Amino acid sequence: MNDFSKWKFTRREVLKLGAASAGALAAGSLPAAQITDGGRKPVNASVAMDVNGTPQNVTLDTRTTLLDALREHMHLTGTKKGCDHGQCGACTVIVDGRRINSCLTLAVMHQGAKVTTIEGLGTPTNLHPMQASFVKHDGYQCGYCTPGQICSAVAVLDEIRNDIPSHVSADLTVKAQFTTTELRERMSGNICRCGAYSNIVEAITEVAGSHA
Amino acid sequence: MKPFSYERATSPAAAAAAAARTEGAKFIAGGTNLLDLMKIGVEEPMHLIDLNGLALDTIEATSDGGLRIGALVRNTDLAADQRVRRDYGLLSRALLAGASGQLRNKATTAGNLLQRTRCPYFYDTNQPCNKRLPGSGCAAIGGSSRSLAVIGGSASCIAVQPSDMAVAMRVLDAVVETVRADGQTRRIPIADFHRLPGARPHVETVLERGELITGVTLPKPVGGMHIYHKVRDRASYAFALVSVAAIVQKDGSGRVALGGVAPKPWRDEAAEPYLPQGAKIFTAHLLANATPTGENAFKVVLAERTLHAVLAEAKGDAS
Repeated sequence: MNDFSKWKFTRREVLKLGAASAGALAAGSLPAAQITDGGRKPVNASVAMDVNGTPQNVTLDTRTTLLDALREHMHLTGTKKGCDHGQCGACTVIVDGRRINSCLTLAVMHQGAKVTTIEGLGTPTNLHPMQASFVKHDGYQCGYCTPGQICSAVAVLDEIRNDIPSHVSADLTVKAQFTTTELRERMSGNICRCGAYSNIVEAITEVAGSHA
Repeated sequence: MKPFSYERATSPAAAAAAAARTEGAKFIAGGTNLLDLMKIGVEEPMHLIDLNGLALDTIEATSDGGLRIGALVRNTDLAADQRVRRDYGLLSRALLAGASGQLRNKATTAGNLLQRTRCPYFYDTNQPCNKRLPGSGCAAIGGSSRSLAVIGGSASCIAVQPSDMAVAMRVLDAVVETVRADGQTRRIPIADFHRLPGARPHVETVLERGELITGVTLPKPVGGMHIYHKVRDRASYAFALVSVAAIVQKDGSGRVALGGVAPKPWRDEAAEPYLPQGAKIFTAHLLANATPTGENAFKVVLAERTLHAVLAEAKGDAS
């Protein structure tokens, strides 16, 4: 019998090996830099940013999104790629204090930016209160949308604190308030296909309450 | 996505000049619409000029009592500005009805004005589309047209302009400020900014090659009740089937523009004297020339009913 326990591949490394062998088949023996697209040659550029308190200086294809830079170049794979078109929110990260879809922005546009990903909010032994609350309230099922949900939730509480109104704010001239209706509207850019919404609402509400 | 070269703009005039002289150049600011389209091959710029370093991100009072909004002011910041919330509530409401919190944090004022249609055939590169590939035909006419225009379209295109913000700006008589490649500036009333498709649906605005939006000005506030009512397939984070932007005065007079029904925010000042006579009569004038398809004829009725609800709200009725 084969002893598969000797094979110490992570799931990610297995995926990478598969992709690499498929790529080698498709491209023959051409080095990657010579592969052109539509007759155009790839263009590289350098960008420096602070990610979770660590300076990152990377040279990458100008086409690289912030999401792919985080995952493929900085190996911060906590941020997930869902739709890659800004519709699902799985890629939400906090840039210069604001949540954005990292899939719809280029890495080169973020020279000097301060980026916080799920890895920068807390650690397995020292969870951010929002992470701890998601665990406590079972605010996920498969977990794929969770990093985006948590980054978004942390930023939503900041947005309410900073008096940014929403579509459901009844009166624009009074300061923004935390309510369940507000929360559901403000989190509408984060889709959970498992449908863990009610527990997500409970998790965020508990953290919001402790801030109030 | 096709490869492209990249530069950071150093001034609005230099950016306009660079865009005019560089083949296949496009500006990028928020990028939330452009990158989406680049990923599916609808947009294939050869060169991107990043505007984010330009100092066009402030909202300032103008000498005639209005506001000047820099082109790079993010949708979130514009919607949250206290002066906008107090004096131009319609604009805050329209912005907050659009997209998601994440997208509004990135999307800019100028980019919102320039966002492309969400017509499904424009997005599908396997289909003919005169907007995406001039002369290839229109798959939407005779196709699935539920979300598309009921007025202002042509035999070449029935795509809808998707911006909520632009509909509010049309009611507010905003003016778009630009700098051209030769360094000259101009002011374009929002009514003239978006073109109807005619035979050239790929030309969506009156902007010239290289011309860069630097800001949008709002005239001094006109008071009244500001209401933006958006009807869509889900309660949040969806484009409008129909939206009504209205400023209604105490005497029942007012201004109204519709979103989701036309290739540009749909307003007709000549119809507005009929507004005090109610939604039915007003809408009959505003949409008199509508040519809906079988799939989107509901929009004409929906526009009237949405306006009815808006006028009731303006009167203080609970309905």
